Amino acid sequence: MLHFAFTRLISLSLSLIAASVVIFSVIEIIPGDPASFMLGINAQPDTIAALRDQLGLNGSIISRYFNWISGMLTGDFGISYTYRVPVSELIMARVWISLPLAIYALAISTLIAFPVGLIAAANRGRPVDLTIMGTTQLGVAIPNFWFAMILVLIFAINLRWFSAGGFPGWDQGFLLSIKSLTLPAIALALPQASILARIMRSSILDTLDQDYVRTARAKGLTRSQAIWRHALKNAMIPVLTIIGMQFSFLMAGAIIIENVFFLPGLGRLIFQGITQRDLIVVESVVMLLVFAVITVTFIVDITYAAVDPRLRRKQ
Amino acid sequence: MNFYLKKIAATSAILLSTAMLSHAAQTDITIGMQLEPPNLDPTGGAAGAIDQVVYANIFEGLTRYQADGSIAPALAKSWDISSDGLTYTFHLNEGVKFHDGTAMDAEDVKFSLDRARSEDSTNAQKALFAGIASVDVVDASTVKVTLSSPNGGFITNMAWGDAVIVAPESIANAATSPIGTGPFVFSNWVQGDRIEMSKNDNYWGAPIALKKATFKFISDPTAAFAAMMAGDLDAFPGYPAPETLPQFAADPRFTVIGGNTEGETILSTNNKDEHFSNLKVRKALAHAINRQEIIDGAMFGYGKPIGTHFAPHHPDYVDLTANSNYDPELSKKLLAEAGYPNGFDTTLKLPPPSYARRGGEIIAAQLRAVGINAEISNLEWADWLKQVFKGKDYGLTIVSHTEPMDIGIYARPAYYFQYDNPDFQQLMKDLTAESDPAARSNMLKKAQRIISDDYVNGYLFQLARTSVINSKINGMWENSPTQATDLTGVSWSD
Repeated sequence: MLHFAFTRLISLSLSLIAASVVIFSVIEIIPGDPASFMLGINAQPDTIAALRDQLGLNGSIISRYFNWISGMLTGDFGISYTYRVPVSELIMARVWISLPLAIYALAISTLIAFPVGLIAAANRGRPVDLTIMGTTQLGVAIPNFWFAMILVLIFAINLRWFSAGGFPGWDQGFLLSIKSLTLPAIALALPQASILARIMRSSILDTLDQDYVRTARAKGLTRSQAIWRHALKNAMIPVLTIIGMQFSFLMAGAIIIENVFFLPGLGRLIFQGITQRDLIVVESVVMLLVFAVITVTFIVDITYAAVDPRLRRKQ
Repeated sequence: MNFYLKKIAATSAILLSTAMLSHAAQTDITIGMQLEPPNLDPTGGAAGAIDQVVYANIFEGLTRYQADGSIAPALAKSWDISSDGLTYTFHLNEGVKFHDGTAMDAEDVKFSLDRARSEDSTNAQKALFAGIASVDVVDASTVKVTLSSPNGGFITNMAWGDAVIVAPESIANAATSPIGTGPFVFSNWVQGDRIEMSKNDNYWGAPIALKKATFKFISDPTAAFAAMMAGDLDAFPGYPAPETLPQFAADPRFTVIGGNTEGETILSTNNKDEHFSNLKVRKALAHAINRQEIIDGAMFGYGKPIGTHFAPHHPDYVDLTANSNYDPELSKKLLAEAGYPNGFDTTLKLPPPSYARRGGEIIAAQLRAVGINAEISNLEWADWLKQVFKGKDYGLTIVSHTEPMDIGIYARPAYYFQYDNPDFQQLMKDLTAESDPAARSNMLKKAQRIISDDYVNGYLFQLARTSVINSKINGMWENSPTQATDLTGVSWSD
């Protein structure tokens, strides 16, 4: 077990180093100079040179790479070129919107998907199942930004129950903030819930065909008793894997929804960073996300190995 | 029973009084903006969004722009100009305080001007201060500025957002917590979402009506529409979704204002390009363009055709659109004369704004009709700056030059369209040295004619700035003589 964890840890470090090199070089290759972007089309060359100097853009690529890495290792993410505040401050402010939004959306999606998937599985082939399958097919197909606009049209413009977007800030009250995240969370959750419900259904149906469930049925359990007592637990493994993947998607991939609802989240921070050539922000946020995803994968790997002895022996 | 009755009476009294309170005029305002300023120091960056938040609200200069584009005294209540036009003596308003309580005096003016023109200055409009030879403090409320050569535009230069007066004590943090002398005090910035400011109770000038102002940043046009319609915003100057304007115009809750800007939108032409270095080709280009079709197709009808690089609302403007009227037959003839009877290939590199992207499609089609095949490539701003503006690696591009009175850029041969005409350069030198208004006016008219006759660029239209505002708001600027959202005169009617 220890040996397994150790080899996984080495591969994790190697992935991180490789990712940092790729991220840094890709972003350095993007054409465009942050200083001339900031000063616009009337600026004189000497002014741009002075600003480049201030921003520390004049060193060699290699020395800038090592400055960046050593800064990150000590928790110093540098100063944003455009906002002129520490990148860590920017990231923290955005995380407190993106993280709650992701959790909120995931909660809604799970709350819908579990019962719906169960009902569909328990009624395989019947009209209920067919209706659910048809509806979730639609849910997967509908783009979430379109659904978001429909939500805004109905609940913000016509009914005026919600504001059309924006985020007041947690210091303005918990309920107000949760309210402002509600429409975005629903828009994000709908396709996720549809996918999850379909996975839930097929995963339960798979386990229902297994020998141990058939044995349970043979001992006299009804179909739903067999689902509750035996199939559900075993069907959860693929479902949890999907939930984990959805969570990383929701953290960084909510950018379009963030645009529709003008929420200042992580996705928009990256987007703004790229257009404004705020390279240091882009590099740091992307690196942080890579770190988060790789770490989650590492933890999942270790957990699998702890749960399933076969995985350990293979090493 | 009696108890309940009393309670009901009390509740209804409270309800009634709140209902009556809501009839009193509102004193807070929420304004939508498409671009968030990267920082809040107008003396250290070019982003127009900075001035749109802080100009006249938080920071003030010696002089200032007014809604009609004229220049008025601000921190300087008056000034004397020496007869040789070299010395400007500014008399400052007394008792003016920065938001941190320190006094604004002649030392601050000297500091601000010296800082902007210093060697390591990062002021995006450093050229505004280039003619200053020295700045001297006479006494606490008098400053003497000496120029190296007369400059008739100096008072106007001092009205720019890049020339606001800042204090040495607070300038280091101006990017995130700006401290100026204006009627609003900066209070909060939630990056990516909004900036808030509140009324400055110790303001030196005429008191303002608003108590609180919030600038909210919404980049997506559809989201901007939703936020206005849902009542989240009170005004959206420079409204980004022109296709929905008829809907606002028909709604009594809103007023749509179509104002002028200083943005000459031009088909910038690389005058050193193998094809466009030929005057006949540039003339052919100009006659191939149907301006009204571009205004209708790309700008939903908002925008005024221009025939030169000058704002049509300026008193010295000359209408030269006839000089480059739409005449595809003439265009083809000129191309044949220039040696391109079958046309040629060129590039059309477009920056992100919709006037460029939408206008570019239409222009490419119009050029194709006379035989010029312009290959469109869409660039991000940073890439545009690198390839087109710095690298000069382009044939054509479309951009709106939003700086006020910027015809002087045609005297810079190294500027990205690379127009090099010694006569024009001399004319601009003479203009700078001239302070007689009538003579200046004649020179400006002559300058417009020279660049129109040389067909330096394709002159398209003056960018309009349509704003959607709540019908109860008074005092918003209609035109944009400079990039600003001046809230000093804004109030709500009941």
